[in-house]
Amino acid sequence: MTIPRLPVGDVFAEIVDYLRVTWNGLFAVIRNTIEFLVSWTERGISFMPFWVFAIIIALIAYKRSGKGLAIFSLLGILFIQTLDLWAATQSTLALIVTATAIALAFGVPLGILSAKIKPVNTVLRPILDLMQTMPAFVYLIPAVLFFRIGAVPAVISTIIFSMPPVIRLTDLGIRQVPAELIEAGEAFGSLWHQMLFKIQLPLAMPTIMAGINQCIMLSLSMVVIASMIGAGGLGSVVLTGVQGLRVGMAFEGGLAVVVIAIILDRLTQGKTSKNASKI
Amino acid sequence: MSKLVVRNLYKVFGFNPKLGVRLIKEGKGKDEILKETGMTVGMSDVNFEVHEGETFVIMGLSGSGKSTVIRCLNRLIKPTAGQVILDGQELTSMKKRQLIGVRRTAMSMVFQNFALLPNRTVLANTEYGLEVQKISPAKRKAKALEALALVGLEGYEDSYPDQLSGGMKQRVGLARALANDPEVLLMDEAFSALDPLIRSDMQDELIDLQHKMKKTIIFITHDLDEAIKLGDRIMLMKDGKVIQIGKPEEILANPADEYVERFVQSVDRSGLLTAADIMSKPWTTANINKNPLVALSECKKYGLENILVTKEGRILCGAVSASALQQAVHEGKPTLHGITKEDEVERIAPDTNIKQIIESTLQSSVPVAVVDDTGKLMGVIIKSSILRTMIPGRGNGHDDT
Repeated sequence: MTIPRLPVGDVFAEIVDYLRVTWNGLFAVIRNTIEFLVSWTERGISFMPFWVFAIIIALIAYKRSGKGLAIFSLLGILFIQTLDLWAATQSTLALIVTATAIALAFGVPLGILSAKIKPVNTVLRPILDLMQTMPAFVYLIPAVLFFRIGAVPAVISTIIFSMPPVIRLTDLGIRQVPAELIEAGEAFGSLWHQMLFKIQLPLAMPTIMAGINQCIMLSLSMVVIASMIGAGGLGSVVLTGVQGLRVGMAFEGGLAVVVIAIILDRLTQGKTSKNASKI
Repeated sequence: MSKLVVRNLYKVFGFNPKLGVRLIKEGKGKDEILKETGMTVGMSDVNFEVHEGETFVIMGLSGSGKSTVIRCLNRLIKPTAGQVILDGQELTSMKKRQLIGVRRTAMSMVFQNFALLPNRTVLANTEYGLEVQKISPAKRKAKALEALALVGLEGYEDSYPDQLSGGMKQRVGLARALANDPEVLLMDEAFSALDPLIRSDMQDELIDLQHKMKKTIIFITHDLDEAIKLGDRIMLMKDGKVIQIGKPEEILANPADEYVERFVQSVDRSGLLTAADIMSKPWTTANINKNPLVALSECKKYGLENILVTKEGRILCGAVSASALQQAVHEGKPTLHGITKEDEVERIAPDTNIKQIIESTLQSSVPVAVVDDTGKLMGVIIKSSILRTMIPGRGNGHDDT
């Protein structure tokens, strides 16, 4: 006797088909919204010449972290410009900023709910595991089916991949607030939102910032993969290089990604460590 | 009048607390209930009343239910059965909104581990209770500064809690509670996390503050020494039950049962001690030839009702009361001759067994004087020096104040 094969794959394909046809309207709305966000973010960045952007980043870096990072940012962006990759970097930044913003907009509230309501946590956990471990290529295709080729499916798959740490670390940060502080909040007559905004969130902030940092890093690691479904930017530079066996071009694209990664990481981490020492 | 009344309060932790209460009423013990049902009895049938302006100490070892009791008073824990009544208002049946109102204005809490918000300055921490009431920033800042001044923390407004020592942190905790100007102050092992010297200072300051504020204080401790020092009345708890309620001296003199007796007895070494062992140096004495104004200012400085009067060679002449001094100053008398009462003071020899003088010391407001056979003043014995000898771990009772 043979055990019958479960038609998991077929069912999944069916579901995707069903959703695509039935919920087409909803997907169109999502598509338009994200497209709008990405294009406006990109316009916002490309509106200024690269050196203005470099100076702004350097100033933020100086404020958050110090002289070292400010100089590194300045030189890094100059370096990217000399490689003639500034335009590609703009598209990549637009993708990351949009994806991170959306991931935070959903991730932080979900993390709060998960910390406060136990069933939410129970339901979310396996979903988060799935989001983090499912190979990206698996949902790349459905993303294209739902949202067509281009920046939108790239943003969607980036969100899927990078949102879990935001949710997890927000949840963790809120849970880690000492019970005595919660008691104190209650003893002084805090309402639930006062408890959340005056006690829980401020105290969870270092942990949440770590989540944001992780989110940005994971988004960056998705750019190359996302370029396979037509997202432009540094990813497509690397992809073109690899496909054409142009080793130098791929390396340059890769270097630019690393520079951006280091700047963004230090920018978000600088804040984290400063806050952590205060706690 | 009773400020706070607690009637038949029960708390059972577990899957079916009501069942737990029923089992207690059937006469089952804490251990039995835990074994049979897995439920923990937090407290059973707790009854007490706290008077306006009184410092009421709830004392017990860990697991005695004292923390559960205090948390039921502001309903951080909801009791399973029974009533908590504040000024005639029943807190136990209150709606959430009303309860929040009570917590904001009528009752404030001070926590064992301070529970300060690490991301806020001392000032912002102190303002917290006012901030949640949406009091205007200017007003709450003024109130918070006032409270900080009261606990002696002027100048630290902009510090962060982790820049402060334990004692200072707890001052912030106290200031935060006082800023709301509550009628009732709940202090949950407020000084237990502090090291002994700081703790002793904080106790003294609380006593001073209480003199000025006249709040109703409910103070939790596991330390009998602290309970005796601070409490107008003490409630002893064990296994979630009230064992005894009474004034410190009542509890020391008439322990209600073996448990209390063990507490008190292990500390009662008074039979072995003599007056010389426990006497303290008099804080201050007045010279009989000096102007009454000098003696009066000394009285005021140390908050004394009576001051001992000596002549050359520290020979004891007697005592004079602050009111008599006031009178003398008024009448312009040049010295203390004539107003010093010789027989106001009980004189004892240094080798007197202190058991013989406990009664008189505890009752009189004039210190008992220890004099040698030439009549020279060697030391004084006051209420606290007697009580101290009854506490373990106090060396031979030498008073160091």
